[in-house]
Amino acid sequence: MPDPTAAPPPALRLHRVAKSFGAVTAVSDVSLTLHPGRVHALAGENGAGKSTLVRMLAGVHRPDRGTLELDGHPTVLRDPAAARAAGIAVIHQEPTLFPDLSIAENLYLSRQPTGRLGRIDRRALRAATTAQLARLGVTLDPDRPARGLSIADQQLVEIARALSLDARIFVMDEPTAALSGTEAARLAAVVRGLCDRGAAVLFISHRFEEIFGLAHDITVLRDGRHVSTDPADRLTPDTVVRRMVGRDVGALYPKTPTTPGDTVLEVTGLTRHGAFHDISFSVRRGEILALAGLVGAGRSEVVRAVFGVDRYDAGTVTVAGRPLPAGSPAAAMAAGLALVPEDRRQQGLVLQLSVERNTALTRLRRLARHGLLTTRRERADALHWTERLRVRHGGTHTPAGTLSGGNQQKIVLAKWLATEPAVLILDEPTRGIDIGTKAEVHRMMSELAARGLAIVMVSSELPEVLGMADRILVLHEGRATATLPGPGATAETVMAAATGHPGGAA
Amino acid sequence: MTRAHPRELGVLAALLLLIAGTAAANPRFLSAQSVRDLLLSAAILTVLAAGQTVVVLTRNIDLSVGSVLGLAAFGTADLLATHPGTPLPLAALAGITIGALCGALNGALISYGGVPALVITLGTLYVLRGAAHSWAAGRQINAADLPRPFLDLGTATVLGIPLLALLATAVVLAVALWLHSYRSGRELYAIGSEPAAAARAGVPAGRRIRTAFLLSGSLAGLAGVLYAARYGTVDATAGQGMELQVVAAVVVGGVAIFGGSGSVTGAALGALLLTCIGSSLAVLRVDPFWQQAVVGALILAAIGLDRLLTTRLAARAARTAPEVSRAG
Amino acid sequence: MPAEPPSGRGAAVLRRWDSALIATLLLVTLAAALAVDGFATGRNAQFLLLDAVAIGLVALPVTLIVVTGEIDLSVASTLGLCSAVMGQLWVSGWPLELVVLTAVALGALLGAVNGLFVTGFGLPALAVTIGTLAAYRGLAFVVLGDRAVADFPRAWTDAVGGTALAGAVPAAMLVTAVAAAGCAVLLHATPLGRSLFAIGNNAEAARFSGIAVARTKFWLFVSCGAVSGLAGVFWTLRYASARADNGQGLELAVVAAVLLGGVSIFGGRGTLAGVCAGVLLLVTLRNALQLADVPADTLDIVTGSLLILSVLAPRALTALRRTPTTRT
Repeated sequence: MPDPTAAPPPALRLHRVAKSFGAVTAVSDVSLTLHPGRVHALAGENGAGKSTLVRMLAGVHRPDRGTLELDGHPTVLRDPAAARAAGIAVIHQEPTLFPDLSIAENLYLSRQPTGRLGRIDRRALRAATTAQLARLGVTLDPDRPARGLSIADQQLVEIARALSLDARIFVMDEPTAALSGTEAARLAAVVRGLCDRGAAVLFISHRFEEIFGLAHDITVLRDGRHVSTDPADRLTPDTVVRRMVGRDVGALYPKTPTTPGDTVLEVTGLTRHGAFHDISFSVRRGEILALAGLVGAGRSEVVRAVFGVDRYDAGTVTVAGRPLPAGSPAAAMAAGLALVPEDRRQQGLVLQLSVERNTALTRLRRLARHGLLTTRRERADALHWTERLRVRHGGTHTPAGTLSGGNQQKIVLAKWLATEPAVLILDEPTRGIDIGTKAEVHRMMSELAARGLAIVMVSSELPEVLGMADRILVLHEGRATATLPGPGATAETVMAAATGHPGGAA
Repeated sequence: MTRAHPRELGVLAALLLLIAGTAAANPRFLSAQSVRDLLLSAAILTVLAAGQTVVVLTRNIDLSVGSVLGLAAFGTADLLATHPGTPLPLAALAGITIGALCGALNGALISYGGVPALVITLGTLYVLRGAAHSWAAGRQINAADLPRPFLDLGTATVLGIPLLALLATAVVLAVALWLHSYRSGRELYAIGSEPAAAARAGVPAGRRIRTAFLLSGSLAGLAGVLYAARYGTVDATAGQGMELQVVAAVVVGGVAIFGGSGSVTGAALGALLLTCIGSSLAVLRVDPFWQQAVVGALILAAIGLDRLLTTRLAARAARTAPEVSRAG
Repeated sequence: MPAEPPSGRGAAVLRRWDSALIATLLLVTLAAALAVDGFATGRNAQFLLLDAVAIGLVALPVTLIVVTGEIDLSVASTLGLCSAVMGQLWVSGWPLELVVLTAVALGALLGAVNGLFVTGFGLPALAVTIGTLAAYRGLAFVVLGDRAVADFPRAWTDAVGGTALAGAVPAAMLVTAVAAAGCAVLLHATPLGRSLFAIGNNAEAARFSGIAVARTKFWLFVSCGAVSGLAGVFWTLRYASARADNGQGLELAVVAAVLLGGVSIFGGRGTLAGVCAGVLLLVTLRNALQLADVPADTLDIVTGSLLILSVLAPRALTALRRTPTTRT
């Protein structure tokens, strides 16, 4: 096709797009341009609007305002099929493949090469798959079922599938979050290869060394708004962090120093085959211990096993000197443990049930009188706690699912603080919530620690780990690689241990 | 497909073991007549199992097949009894059409209503049986009422093999070919394996599920025609309770109850195994009342075994790839 | 997924469903009283209520199970097996008190088997209880064959069919009503009831809140078995006949009544009042049609259609009120 202009138009251009869900504004006034052959990184804290942008490009959400242009032509992505037809491929953190089908069929479902009488030509199918995988520089048996493939391999299958569909724009939503170092490096090579072939890539990651190693341009988002777009070589990780956070980091992490008391929680030699191995730590009253590491390092699995939601194969958990029976959340709760889980919507709350039913869920017996529970009692209790945590809601009888992410998280905190725990375990306590609530949650953590609670926090956000923790336990591929004192730790020492190179740290 | 083989071989091995054991206890079990009877009885169950396989692969279930068989059997017999001049292919087509209509109804209710197949087909199980009863109004059609050539179909043999068994084999081969070698057939596996991914890949799930139920209904209709030809005596209770045997055959044959894996040959072997168990119980003079209990026990054993194997596989995968064992 | 359930709609829909159901029940009763000879008599009312006892009793634990998102299709077979064992033990000369206790205990045991397969081995309740539906019914035939045991003492059979409150209500219905009231309190005003709704909506979140999900479900299956056993005792004494096929097909009526009562087949939603109205509506309809000389076999059309309608109607209602959203 002849093109009158000299410079090729951008592969994709988002112009001043906005998207709201009910009263919540997810994205407002964001512009973004992707060029062929360039990697564009998108940086921002959780809740900054990255996922909403990804869903727009995937055809899942349609922007309320603003335009989308492909090769200079305004386009509306009506549904995921339209996005795919437009050459946009979205690679997720954990791809959804067909576990029962072979790799070849995952690549070519509904498009298998056919021979006589419309029969699938299996030999051609295999050859095409091998060729497609070879373009990415990987060898996988095309006949192998997708079940049991590592996440890294699943992503490659997904990318190969997109390539076979002639995708020119790759949107990668935290693709390396669950990968090991070598796997991430292999993916980076694949991404460079895609660019060399003229693809435009939007790359989302929390790892700065990856962003700066791969990206040509970096856009920073904050609170759903566009902050800046610059060539990568004009930025430093520090400037990006400052723009992401957008305020004095100290205000966000109001950690007050405390003097730790007695040891409350002691974990020794905890092991679950295939998840984590020989993990030991202890937490004292008034202390905040952070479990740091990459996603998939086994941190959530450890705290889940401690709380009894998951089983473990070896090791002991003692609370205030008493051994805790394995595999019983009820026993853990009775001993004074509380777990605010990682996935608020699946594990933290029953979204369909009302706020008052959710807050009561951890104390059903205690709230009952003569074995009977009344809505009145639940409501009074829920009002008490929602006021105390300043939850904004449309009445405690409304389903928890109607609240914003930050307020949902406060409900989860409320239902656990109401159990009056001695040890509070927080798994990604500020994931996906707005920056204001985030600061509130941090302040609350500080206060609770000051009042003598022992706190264990799992977090993937380095500033949060560095800003809040008294001590940091770093995990790498299921093993503890370092224990660092909170005040002395730096992003570099934590990341080194998290990627399996604890250089010099004790 | 490659992974399904061990499972099918397992069923085959169980089948051979059963035959060998029963034959050792009573050699008459392997007489030509006895084998012919066995194949005849298995034929109808096999045709039903082929249709059920297609439905179960998509993560659905069709509990109404016994009632569809009854309705089609009675309809065909009634047509031939009241209009003895009807050409046999036309009569067979009528039976199959009754089945197809029932299947289309199931499929439409399930895919457009977005409700579980279990509930819908449990409902149509009774509705269609009730319809058969109200049609028959207590009548029974006997062999004497039916044209001789039609009844001959039920006993005819080709090279000593019953015609019905050959027909059932042809059905199984055709369905197997479709499931294995055609895009739409593979899409059934995709839908059952991971519905979300199927939707993302643009698989027309609703249409495929409707097709699956249409096929299951049509094959149940065909089974009804075969039933009328084989037994000659048909009333409104024909095929009552047969859905349990069909589900058992499919599950025993290695089709995962949650869809996505299994093969129609496995289901056919399951049907054969189930029929064989029935005959061996008779040959070994075991109380025939045991048969239904055995069907139930086989369903439980089969799903239990499948679960055991999957957890084993998952555990092995977790051991070999520790870094990807995220539970959440 | 941004699509949240809008504020309080679930509860409002449920309330509206309950009132619509009760209005329908009154309308059907009124219409039957006017149009059907012999419906509005004290004698028929007694019969009607006695007919509602078995369905009503079994519907109570099935409601609790469906609220947690599981299902038990084996209730009727449990009833049949308990009835058969009851007959066999009575014939063998056991005292009837002990026979009754054994039957109920056996029911609990059969329920425990279901519970073990579902919660212990993690198998889908649907598949498990289809298996035990076949297995328990088969065992009932193994125990009693096609015999019937009828010589139960008059004192017992009269007591079961007798009346209470100055002859106004059948005693058995009174017991059922009290049980229903107890169940309503359990489901709607106790910690256990709250846990059941939490489990049905999101079992994982319930587990993370310290609720023993597996144990709760296990005991629900046990109590469902025990109540089915009790219903078997009632059935046997009411008809003074222990038979292996007692209560065959009752699972349909029970599931239909529960779903008709507004309990969501996906779990997490429903009221016990709705289920009671569902049971009465079903029984009243069948009773009126029977009096209007509709043959019993044809009545299954009504029950089956009600079942289908009860799952389709809520879907249709929500679809009408909400613009369709893409489901993933």
